[in-house]
This record gives sequence, C-alpha cells and structure tokens, in this order.
Amino acid sequence: MVDARGLRCPIPVIRLARRAQDLDPGELVTVWSTDPAAVHDVPAWARMRGHAIEGSVDVDAADGAFTAITVRVGG
Amino acid sequence: MSVVDPGFSPASPPPPPARVHLDAGGNARLHPLARQGLEQALTEGWAEPHRLHSESRRAAALLWGAREAVAGAVGAKTEEVHFAPSHVAALHAAVRAVALGRRRAGTTIVTSAVERAAVLDAARFVTARAGADARHDVVGVDGTGMVDADAFAAALTAPGVAVAALQHSNGEVGTIQPVRAVHAAARAAGVPLVVDAGAALGHAVVPEDWDVLTGDSADWGGPSGVGVLVVRRGVRFTADWPEDADSWFPGGVSVPSAFAAAVALQACADDLAAQDSRRRALVDLVRTRVPQLVPDVEMVGDPSNRLPHVVTFSCLFVDGEALVSELDRAGIAVGSGSACTSSALEPSHVLAAMGVLTHGNVRIGIDRTTTREDVERFLAVLPTAVATVRGMLGVGSL
Repeated sequence: MVDARGLRCPIPVIRLARRAQDLDPGELVTVWSTDPAAVHDVPAWARMRGHAIEGSVDVDAADGAFTAITVRVGG
Repeated sequence: MSVVDPGFSPASPPPPPARVHLDAGGNARLHPLARQGLEQALTEGWAEPHRLHSESRRAAALLWGAREAVAGAVGAKTEEVHFAPSHVAALHAAVRAVALGRRRAGTTIVTSAVERAAVLDAARFVTARAGADARHDVVGVDGTGMVDADAFAAALTAPGVAVAALQHSNGEVGTIQPVRAVHAAARAAGVPLVVDAGAALGHAVVPEDWDVLTGDSADWGGPSGVGVLVVRRGVRFTADWPEDADSWFPGGVSVPSAFAAAVALQACADDLAAQDSRRRALVDLVRTRVPQLVPDVEMVGDPSNRLPHVVTFSCLFVDGEALVSELDRAGIAVGSGSACTSSALEPSHVLAAMGVLTHGNVRIGIDRTTTREDVERFLAVLPTAVATVRGMLGVGSL
C-alpha cells in the first residue's frame, strides 16, 4: 500500500510507480490519494506502463475521505 | 501624472519580440488589420450608437457593418449576429436564454463532457434552479476527445430536452467534433443546438450546422473583450435578465472593438488556406518531434481530424506548473491543463474526460506570427526543461 494522502499531482503517481518498480508481475499495489487528479492519472500511468487497474474505491475514513486505487503490476 | 507614456508614438514600429509566445488559444496577438480597423473606428465610431445625431449614427453604421461582416463569415443574416462583452458572456447568454425560452418543452440540457467551462457552468446554473426534475445530461468522449455522436443523438431524443450544446472543436486538444451528425439529430428531435466555435472561427471552415453559434474575437486575432453570438431566426429564447435597448447584451459593447473584431475575422477568412497549411506543418513538427525528444510523453487529441493551430501533450511524472515556469524562464510561454496550474486544484475536465494523463500537460496554440524558428526554439529547450522538472522530483529511472 502507498499512502499518498495530502500529496498533489504528480507525487501520488510517482510514489506508486516507485513501489510498483519493486514488485513482480501479477502482484497488487494499492495507492491512497486525496488528489483529484490521481483518479485520472493512475489509470493513465498504468496504461502507459502496461499495468492493469483492478479497482477503485472511495473510502470515507474518520480522518477524511480518500480514493483507494488498486493496480496489478504488468509483466 | 499622465497615464500616457510620452515616449509612445504610434508611428514607431514595435520592438522585435524577444520571447516566444505559444499560448494563443483565446489569446492571439492582434491582427495588423484589426489594429488598423480599431484606429479607424476610434476616429469615426467613437460615439454611443443609440443617439440621433450624426456622430452616433456613424458609430451605429460601423456596428451594423461589423455585424454584416460577421454574418457573411459564418453564413447568417446580419440581424442574427450579436456582439457580446466576452465569449464567456455569449455562451452563458445562449444557454440561459434558450433554456428559458423552451422551458415548456423541458428542463434537460445536453452537452458533451468536453465543452468549455462556461457552457458546463451555465448548464449547471440553469438546471440547479429549474426544479428537481431538471437534468444536465453529459455525453462522454473517446480517448481522442471526440464525442460519441450516437450517444449524443440518443440523449437528444429523451423527453424534455430544452437545449443542447456541442463545440465545433476542442480548444484544449484540437479534436473536431461530429457537429453535422449531431445537428441533424438535434433537428430531428426539435432541439436547438448551440455550437461553440470559439476555438475554430478564423482558423477553420465552420459548417453551417448550428442553431446558435458563438465565437471569440481574441482567439482569431481581434481585440479581447468581444464575443460573438449568432442566433438563427426561429430559435425560441427569452432574455434571462432585465430589458435593455441591447436585448442580448445589456449596455452593448465597444463599437471600435467590435468593428476591429469583424475586420480581423474577414482578414482571417482571406488567407485561411495558406495559414492552415503553414500552421499544420508547425503542429506536425511538434507532434512528431516531441515524442522523439522527450521520454514518456503522451500526445493528446485526434492526430488528423483536428484544428490546424492547437497541439497538446502530457509528460509523465512532471509537475505542470513547474514545467510552465521552467519554459517561461527560458523565454517561452505555453498553456497547461494540469491541476497544479489552476487555482481549483482540479485538472482540466477535458483531459480527465478523455482518460489521458492530466499532469505535466503542455498546451500550445500558434497564431499567424508564430514562425518555424519559434517552434524550433521551443523544441530545443523542452527536453532540458522536462528533465530539470523531473530531476526536482527525483524521478530518475521510473
């Protein structure tokens, strides 16, 4: 999991990309973000890098709402 | 203290531009003939046009001539052409007045997802106060930014549509919309179609497939502070504001500015084909070279069905605001649709609707003064600018 809450574009995507670099193809990674650009830019990055979006969930947490996007690392 | 610079002389030529300005969307440099027209109209048509004396009648005649010229350029009757104080005002008025005029037909407004903010804001404004049943139906676009014509047509046949809006082409990404097909569907459904040609007039041949048309003087090289609204006879509308002698835009507009805007539009029509091929060549240069020069770049918009003077791309792992500033330091002005470059923190709704990268976005609009040397200079500094900004974020080998 990558916690990018409170960070603005393009930092959430950069943090996620760093994490994905260390993972094997097929592994899952989830990014938490509050940046409105991330819901567009995470799928765009995944498409450019050959990863797949597994799902996107809006979470209403006690310390503030965020979006959790899960990516399956491509091979 | 005088506000007029004593050193200023209208006869002295302007100094050569030291900077490269590539942000001409809605923001082009004044056409030389518009400057001449403005001077002429300031001399002959300075008076308020509604009075009975000769000075006023001269101003009124210039204003009528300007409406006539715009009518000729867009394929309308002179009395159907109205000047607005801005393109945004023209779009707001179009959506509000047609929606109100057709309130008995319904309260739904149909638009594409990539209309200008002024259209989407007006649609939200109108539907928010029109009761619980009022809807703003937004039709999506594909990855090139083109609206789904079938989905748009289907939305038009739903009961209770008051008005629909589809741009001729998108000013951010350049993609041309299927206006002909959508207008045919609108006509069949009996729904008036507002076509925003703000990014196209003066640059492309705009077909006469519309019921209401809008344009932006500052986009085609006329003065800023002038919008155009053309309303075909027979389109039902009700003014959504107090009565005035200038019924569409209370208080009217600056006659010299409107006159100069019309002169510029005519001048653009005169060399449209030459400008088209010249600017297409410059845009193609950017579209070909940028992906070769900069790693991880996504060119945005339809590669061929596009405006001749707009080109947009997004750079992965790049802060758009930092990139605009970096290019500015290098003497080059560009636009951007990235969230970090807007006060709202929201990225461009156009890029978002297309599903393309919204960060690291660069938007270029070239006008008639842009040279190949300007574009070459941009291409020469871009790779370093992107590398610098990526370096600041420690992107390295991602």
